Amino acid sequence: MNPVGIDIPRADGPSKVRGDAQYVDDIRPAGCLYGATVRSPIAHGKLLGIQKDPDFDWSDITVVTCLDIPAQNVVLLMTEDQPALADGVVRHVEEPVALVAASSPARARAAVAHIKVLVEALPAVLDPLTAQNNPIQIFGTDNVFKQISIHKGDKTDDGVIVEGTYTVGHQEQLYIEPQGMIAVPRADDGLTLIGSMQCPFYIVKAIAPMLGHGRINVIQATTGGGFGGKEEYPSMLAAHCALLSIKTGAPVKMIYQRDEDLRATTKRHPSVIKIRSVVSPQGELLQWDAEIIMDGGAYNTLTPVVLSRALLHLCGPYRCPRQHLEGVAVATHTPPNGAFRGFGAPQAMYAVERHMDAIARTIGMDPVAFRRLNLIRDGDTTPTGQALVDTGAHLVLDVALKAAEAEVKTPAIHPGGGVGRYARGRGVALVFHGCGFTGNGEARIKGKVAVELQDRCVQILTASTDIGQGVDTTFPQIAAAALGIGVSRVSNAPHDTAMVPDSGPTVASPTCMVVGGVLRTAALKLKAALQAETGLDTDDFDTLLDARTHTMALRVMAEYQDDGSMDWDDATYSGDAYPCYGWACSVVDLDVDLDTGEVLYRRYVSATDVGKAINPVIVEGQLEGGAIQGLGYATCEEVVLDDQGRMINDRLTNYIIPTTLDAPEMITRIIEIPYSGGPFGAKGIGEIPMDGPAPAVASAIEAAVGVVLNRLPMTPERVLSALEIKERS
Amino acid sequence: MVKPNLLKDIINIWGCTGLSGIDSTEYGFRIGALSTWTEVRQATALPPALIECAATVGAQQIQNRGTVGGNIVNGSPAGDSLPMWLVLDAEFEVASTRGVRRIPASEFWTGYRKNAMVDDELLVAVHIQPKSTDILHYRKVGTRMAQSISKVVLGARLRIADGRPIEARFAMGSIAATPVRLPTVEAAVLAGEGADAATHMAQDITPLDDIRSTSGYRLNVATRVVRSFLEQYLGA
Amino acid sequence: MTQFSLNGHTTSVDAPPMTRLIDVLREQLRLTGTKEGCGEGECGACTVLIDGLPVNACMIPVVQAEGTQILTVEGLAEDERLHPIQTAFINYGAAQCGICTPGFVVAAKALLDAQPNPSRTEVREALAGNLCRCTGYQKIIDAVVEALGGQP
Ligand SMILES: Cc1cc2nc3c(=O)[nH]c(=O)nc-3n(C[C@H](O)[C@H](O)[C@H](O)COP(=O)(O)OP(=O)(O)OC[C@H]3O[C@@H](n4cnc5c(N)ncnc54)[C@H](O)[C@@H]3O)c2cc1C
Ligand code: FES
Ligand code: FES
Repeated sequence: MNPVGIDIPRADGPSKVRGDAQYVDDIRPAGCLYGATVRSPIAHGKLLGIQKDPDFDWSDITVVTCLDIPAQNVVLLMTEDQPALADGVVRHVEEPVALVAASSPARARAAVAHIKVLVEALPAVLDPLTAQNNPIQIFGTDNVFKQISIHKGDKTDDGVIVEGTYTVGHQEQLYIEPQGMIAVPRADDGLTLIGSMQCPFYIVKAIAPMLGHGRINVIQATTGGGFGGKEEYPSMLAAHCALLSIKTGAPVKMIYQRDEDLRATTKRHPSVIKIRSVVSPQGELLQWDAEIIMDGGAYNTLTPVVLSRALLHLCGPYRCPRQHLEGVAVATHTPPNGAFRGFGAPQAMYAVERHMDAIARTIGMDPVAFRRLNLIRDGDTTPTGQALVDTGAHLVLDVALKAAEAEVKTPAIHPGGGVGRYARGRGVALVFHGCGFTGNGEARIKGKVAVELQDRCVQILTASTDIGQGVDTTFPQIAAAALGIGVSRVSNAPHDTAMVPDSGPTVASPTCMVVGGVLRTAALKLKAALQAETGLDTDDFDTLLDARTHTMALRVMAEYQDDGSMDWDDATYSGDAYPCYGWACSVVDLDVDLDTGEVLYRRYVSATDVGKAINPVIVEGQLEGGAIQGLGYATCEEVVLDDQGRMINDRLTNYIIPTTLDAPEMITRIIEIPYSGGPFGAKGIGEIPMDGPAPAVASAIEAAVGVVLNRLPMTPERVLSALEIKERS
Repeated sequence: MVKPNLLKDIINIWGCTGLSGIDSTEYGFRIGALSTWTEVRQATALPPALIECAATVGAQQIQNRGTVGGNIVNGSPAGDSLPMWLVLDAEFEVASTRGVRRIPASEFWTGYRKNAMVDDELLVAVHIQPKSTDILHYRKVGTRMAQSISKVVLGARLRIADGRPIEARFAMGSIAATPVRLPTVEAAVLAGEGADAATHMAQDITPLDDIRSTSGYRLNVATRVVRSFLEQYLGA
Repeated sequence: MTQFSLNGHTTSVDAPPMTRLIDVLREQLRLTGTKEGCGEGECGACTVLIDGLPVNACMIPVVQAEGTQILTVEGLAEDERLHPIQTAFINYGAAQCGICTPGFVVAAKALLDAQPNPSRTEVREALAGNLCRCTGYQKIIDAVVEALGGQP
């Protein structure tokens, strides 16, 4: 039976339901010490040093500062701007300044509480709108991480002009397992790093310059959620554990407490987006001008890539002859923002879809009819001039609306004591999402996968980690299908950089589509190698194995091959931005509580083009999980900063994500428009579900109570204040 | 606040049987201080609004462990049950080696997390005498459906005779250092202003901004939930 | 010394009375199936049953475990045989990253014992103290409703 397209139960299911799966905090190497971090109390300042409380017992405590760094003081990512420990200057609140190791986590935290960071405050730039070219320099000479313009067509003002400004705040990934890492000294004077992470090879590359050598291997422990938050940030923990481990000579474990994790780690980039459009009186889009200012925080991290994706989605899945997009990502003295599911697209799609509603409202058209009229179709071009094929916007719209015709069975659960008054509304949003890396990123990254024949079974060696999205299950399905064997004969090697080749990072949801494709190639190469070895040209794997004269292991490796079909120019930002696109439509039904402005979700329907669902249950799980993150982004998840840029709602009581009672029942429709470059047609699906919920909710609130909200999150405070204004007028 | 010494300053009262149990008495109910919210939810003889209140405290895990007494003595302004005790004219039975006394709810919370008990007193039970003819109402506004801390929490009690309100009690939490009664609104209800009585809210409360919400929102919501309640029972 | 029954076995631990139950379980007894997601009673990853009731082990001082019966996720399966709730979690894809899963299955076990055939809304209410960031809850509710004898 072909295992592709089948709901094979997750490979890691049994260990997870039993509680046996080993997450980083479950691992305790002998003689392990515990690390903790001393952080900057202010946004920007001259770092004069640290002061240890003389009354505290320091005898069993190790302290590390930037002076202990063996080589270069950097956690390397796209640029070399971010130090492992601040040296001379602090650029954001909570920036790591020093580290301690002690025999217990409580001792380590006590030691941190007895270290004072001596700083001389300097004026800080916290507002992204004043950051560019501010005389107070944070990054480079102009505080700009990246600036991009994309232009298609000329300009016109001949039509109805609609303008709008859309603002989105930070969002926290909120993996339920906080960040954690362990460094263990190796016999060869190197280090093994074990932790909660998405990208083991990132860590190798990030900390080698700091260590001054490459004697490191990185092992992924079972990882309790990432959503981008464990893409680049774990490198920081790895650097810190490594420094403490070098100084103490012992294994060192560092687990962030929830409040520290919330205050110190990366978030989704806040952005301000302005759109000005020109439409014909009949509702055809004639011109679309959009600009985005994105707040990157104090260090570059992956901000340029996030900006790029935001900009490439700032036109929506709509056809338009004139598209002019401008984007700038700036530095502020706030904790760096970084990768988060959707990578800039959720911000853009919220603005685009809100603006589409604004146009429909202005010209008096039904919002769905207006979208339908302007849907991008086969042969239309994107702002970068990419001509699209196999577009699915119309299909996902039709399927979602059809599914939404079913009666909403489960009522919204209204809070206790509900004599409340409610207004009901439905909202629709249409989105698209470029799959894979921008431009021909895959060709640059050249992801590698190996497969090894061991006896009569096959092991997959890849650095693509399972962070809950299920690749440890779908990869064996892909390999088994390629080899024509049962999925139970395929297993995954541990994700240890000492054993597996660099498959590229587990990000931007191309894992299944791109790395899965390389895996399929590797599996086919394995079969070819067996055919060559045995001289048989049968496709039957077991016949080939039977014909072998020995049982020696056989390993083959495949690397991503650029087929040259993509034409992308990074200098001019033109050409084929992504190898393919996914399409999705969200229909949300909700009640607005007229007394409190609270939004109560009744049902969430989505239709999503996934190319090919290798494992439908896993795909649905991704789509539903992304949806709830999007619904949280829409109404309740807000990061509140103080005057130093510190997140002050740093507890789960105050940064609130939806519970089972807030989450609506969902109808999840999978649509398969195959992508010829993906294994069995699969596209990336991890990110697209995050794009549609927030704008659909905004639309539904508008339908329910007639107020227009253009700012995320649409908290009860914002809904009610808009309602009050409307009632008064 | 002085940090307690975890070895010396803490007495484990969990399991003291004298502090537990929910019993009906001749006059009403005696709710042992150690009653958990789960036990309150299961005590179906209690007024439904009080059971609703219990059901909104945290979620199941918290309700299985959190106690009525802890909520009262902790005295957090966001303590969800506190407005209910105020409108129910509850009495708190406290005990020490000197004996037992009763403190009316209206005199209990004296400041931010301060109360009228002295250091060596223990809260033993809460006494309430609900009248089946009264309308008792609870409304929590906390943005999330479970595990939420109130932005505004309302307790209300209304007695209507011949279609006219003859007794009105309103109390709110999360809007000041202690839960507060709404005297102006209550007087306006008794004066026959109907749902418009809610418009006097600003005379009774001056909420603050904090990380969870804004003063403006709290005032608006307080007004609106009271108005909604009054409209339901007194007409628009 | 504090003595309690843990997954059916009499267990004694020597820990200061205010030690959190979760630390006793994870660090002293090395039962690491009970997870810590927040340490403040919000996420439910540390849910265990004390005398049949779900509670957050991060909020319980070990002194209050004296004489109780504690069930952790490790006590659910009988040898190799998974509990039906665990099987349903696998079949429905209700565990993704899995960090919330022990808390959910333990909370669901308490619901099963208290009330077979619950409605979806009742399941949602019983699990409202458990946060999951991966699944959107849909598959978790499906799994629990099915395992508890209802129609998902
Ligand atoms: C995740 C979470 C969610 C929560 N959600 C809510 C909510 O929605 N609404 C809400 O109101 N509260 C909530 N709380 C707060 C708290 O759980 C409840 O207020 C609970 O009722 C407190 O009871 P307890 O027995 O746990 O008190 P404890 O925390 O044990 O005690 C609180 C204080 O009261 C003292 N005390 C307790 N009992 C007595 C007594 N009999 N005599 C004298 N002093 C006493 C204690 O010494 C302590 O100073 C939540 C807490 C958490 C952790
Ligand atoms: S760790 Fe106990 S509730 Fe989160
Ligand atoms: S499965 Fe990851 S948090 Fe629930």
